[in-house]
Amino acid sequence: MEHYLSLFVRALFLENMALAFFLGMCSFLACSKKVETAFGLGVAVAFVQVLTVPLNNLILAYLLKEGALGWITPALAKVDLTFLAFILFIGTIAAATQVVEMAIEKFAPGLYSTLGVFLPLIAVNCVILGGSLFMQERDYGFGESVVFGLGSGLGFALAIVAMAAVREKLAYSHVPAGLKGLGITFVTAGLISVAFMVFSGIQL
Amino acid sequence: MSATTFFGKSERKALIGPILTNNPIGVQVLGICSALAVTTRVDKALVMTAGVLLVTMLANVAVSLVRNHTPGSIRIIVQLAIIASLVIVFDQVLKATLYELSLELSVFVGLIITNCIVMGRAEGYAMQNPPLASALDGIGNGLGYGIVLIATAFLRELLGAGKVLGFTILPLVKDGGWYVPNGLMLLAPSGLFIIAGLIWLLRTLKPELQEKD
Repeated sequence: MEHYLSLFVRALFLENMALAFFLGMCSFLACSKKVETAFGLGVAVAFVQVLTVPLNNLILAYLLKEGALGWITPALAKVDLTFLAFILFIGTIAAATQVVEMAIEKFAPGLYSTLGVFLPLIAVNCVILGGSLFMQERDYGFGESVVFGLGSGLGFALAIVAMAAVREKLAYSHVPAGLKGLGITFVTAGLISVAFMVFSGIQL
Repeated sequence: MSATTFFGKSERKALIGPILTNNPIGVQVLGICSALAVTTRVDKALVMTAGVLLVTMLANVAVSLVRNHTPGSIRIIVQLAIIASLVIVFDQVLKATLYELSLELSVFVGLIITNCIVMGRAEGYAMQNPPLASALDGIGNGLGYGIVLIATAFLRELLGAGKVLGFTILPLVKDGGWYVPNGLMLLAPSGLFIIAGLIWLLRTLKPELQEKD
């Protein structure tokens, strides 16, 4: 239990997807103008992340890893298909996003109207693919991948909401003409990221 | 565009435009993620640039070739399949030739798939244009991405470690030289500050790119 808890805290703060690895920067910068939209996107990302990382973990364990196909016939026990991971991961992610979108549209129309526009975008969000690739690289088990998916998804949501809150206040400040918009957003993200580095002192 | 002009104005615009005036990172805000994470050293930035350049170019050509046969509703998944296959090839080649570097780049090679530049150009340019122009557009955007990436990596490696491509340029104090390295440059957030500076520079030189309130 302690192991899972420390994995969760690490994914949430120490190895925050947006602020430590700079994944999902495109949507992080584009959708952080208002707290409300940022919150919607953050929740959607966390939701898809917690679904796709364990799903890709199962695909990796039962289809792709060396010897994973042994359950069909022993003749296939030496096949190693890990090089196909990229295309299968992205396929799973695209399909899962589609299913999630349809399910939300059918069963929670209120939530759909808030998240609707962001859901298709999530398929090409680096946080989602990055989560699955980190899971592969670090050799997580199924339980670990659920915890990691939840932690990293919530970490992204936390970061983008914090960013949007700062940017809402920034609208009232005088920024040099050349830095306006994109430039100052980069500087802000950098400062938040420096602030998040205090967590790296935590021993887990 | 007429078939008689093999290398006409629009082709030239497709190639040159993205390098400065329509830079994917500085102006179109595409492909930021990897620009920040892989720029601690120049060699990493070079490999990333090569990967994005090749994948963007080939994906643009492939998407452009099938553009008239792709139903609109499944075009995203078609593009993703093409891009993912190209990235798998690049990843395998990288693992076979530069294994150490491929370990350091870790997940970021795979993340070329979701690099917005590749998707953005396939969707925004190659779906409407013939293969040759699309190839040039891919090269142009790859180069525009590469310039920002390599400039950032150059500054970070030079100021953070006193080296460029592993060769010592500024002798460090601990090795008996005079240069005190700036530790911030090796940490992740410095990439954001440097790119903000580059954007500031670009937009001061070209005021028409500045954002209005």
